[in-house]
Amino acid sequence: MLWQLTRRLAVLGASIAVSTVVVFGFMQVLPGNPARVALGVNASEQAVARMTAEYGLDRPLVVQYLDWVAGMLRLDPGVEYISRAAIGPQIIDGLGVTVWLVGAAMLLAVTVAVPVGAWMAIRHRHADGVALSALSQVGVAVPAFLAGIVGISVFAVRLGWLPSGGWVVPAQDPVGFLQRLILPAIALALVQGSVLARYVRSAVLEELQQDYLRTARAKGLRPAQAVLRHTLRNAAVPVVTVAGLQLAGLLIGAVVIERVFVLPGLGSLLLDSVQSRELLTIQSVVMVLVVAVLVINFVVDALYVLIDPRLRTGGRR
Amino acid sequence: MTSPTRPTTGPGLDWRARLNAPLLIGGALVLLITGMALLSLVWTPHPPMKVLSTPAYQTPNAEYWLGTDRFRRDVFTQIILGSRTTLYVGVVAVGVAALVGVPLGVLAAMAPRWFAGLVMRGNDILLAFPALLLAIMFAAIYGGSTRVAMVAIGIATIPNFARITRSGALSVLSSDYVLAARAAGRGPLAIATRHVLPNLTGLVIVQASVSFAIAILAEAALAYLGLGTPTGQPSWGRMLFEAQSTLRSAPHLALIPGAAIALAVLGFNLLGDGLRDALDPQLASR
Repeated sequence: MLWQLTRRLAVLGASIAVSTVVVFGFMQVLPGNPARVALGVNASEQAVARMTAEYGLDRPLVVQYLDWVAGMLRLDPGVEYISRAAIGPQIIDGLGVTVWLVGAAMLLAVTVAVPVGAWMAIRHRHADGVALSALSQVGVAVPAFLAGIVGISVFAVRLGWLPSGGWVVPAQDPVGFLQRLILPAIALALVQGSVLARYVRSAVLEELQQDYLRTARAKGLRPAQAVLRHTLRNAAVPVVTVAGLQLAGLLIGAVVIERVFVLPGLGSLLLDSVQSRELLTIQSVVMVLVVAVLVINFVVDALYVLIDPRLRTGGRR
Repeated sequence: MTSPTRPTTGPGLDWRARLNAPLLIGGALVLLITGMALLSLVWTPHPPMKVLSTPAYQTPNAEYWLGTDRFRRDVFTQIILGSRTTLYVGVVAVGVAALVGVPLGVLAAMAPRWFAGLVMRGNDILLAFPALLLAIMFAAIYGGSTRVAMVAIGIATIPNFARITRSGALSVLSSDYVLAARAAGRGPLAIATRHVLPNLTGLVIVQASVSFAIAILAEAALAYLGLGTPTGQPSWGRMLFEAQSTLRSAPHLALIPGAAIALAVLGFNLLGDGLRDALDPQLASR
């Protein structure tokens, strides 16, 4: 098991290393002179030359790449080309918002999707099970930003119960923080929660056909008891995998949701940088998101081994 | 639901018994959208994207079935035209993904192990760049447009096709008829084209339908963010974005394109689910 984890860790390291090359190469090699891209087509030759010299954009690409990677490791990739703001603190501030949003959405998605999914499976031949299942299909199809817009329109604009967006630091104003977190978190959780519920449903349905469940029923357990005691644990393996992939989906979905609710997270930072053509910021934020996705996938893989004892003894295959 | 005696392949295929509710509903929705897109080529209720001499922000009425927007354009006309953009993006994105992903998957199944490992590791890394993220990166470099969006979405979807094709191809390759074909002296190319690819058609069609839904969602999100289809071209995501500032006075302007996106995604998802059940009776009972 230790050997497996080490091997996966090595694959993770290699994947991150390759992704840094991909992201750097994509942003640097294709557009020509980054100073020209940042300043726009109408900029004078002198302005471009000045910026090129100032940021060392004329150094060999390998040197620029290593410089950037070293900066990323210190979470300080440098300053923005135009605004001259330091990128590292912006990324850390953005992460502070995005992690709350994604964490809350994940918590919501899992706490709702697991019982609802199990219910859909147990009652799959009854009207309520079928109705819930159909509802979850609709949930999968609704874009998160539409859910956000509808949420704003109902709870902020019509009813005036919640603010329509913005952000406060939790330590300063805990109530205001929760009020501003709840709508975006629900909007973000809706799609992923629906997808997760459907996976829970099919995983539980599969387990429901197993012999041990018949034994459990035969010894007098009611269906709900049998499911709670036996099925959910067995269904957990595929569900954890999907939930992990969902987490990555939530992270990317947050980019759009932050725009809808004007939250100063990583997604807003990324989109603002795209608009103002701050290439170094785009590259650094993308890298943070890609590393997050890779790490999530690694953790899911590791959990998979921990949950399913059959995978532990495998060792070298 | 299906009896175990029914053959799973071959001429005895009984399609009527395999029709299921998701397949029918999904198929109907997809047909509806396709019909709308085709209709828009020859007819729209009002001239496309034209500013009309009528008040803005009308609610649905007899003359303007879905009302008018703030630029005094007919919403129904824009919805019909938007279906074209949606289908266009879906077809190109899925096309790019399938044309690269399917051969790559078959190659990874048939090539030496080191090559398969290389392809699958490359797949894993590409998977770390979800469609939306890749599309934002592309938009940062090339500027936002429908074409950039669909190519980016297509590239990001390649791993889905490569992965599913590889695992399908591996199981076909271990079958007796491939062994027989090898014994009869067929080369790898003939085996790939005569045996492997035809047997993967179902898998690929299901994946295409599901990927179509993902592409629609991604394009809508990009247009909404202002990185996809530019202003002036009909797009459901774009309509949603433009309607957001007038949520209080005219919520229908956001709800109508939103519903169109949701129905399109629902349609392709259901179609994919229904086809999966129809093509694989073992799964149908779930």
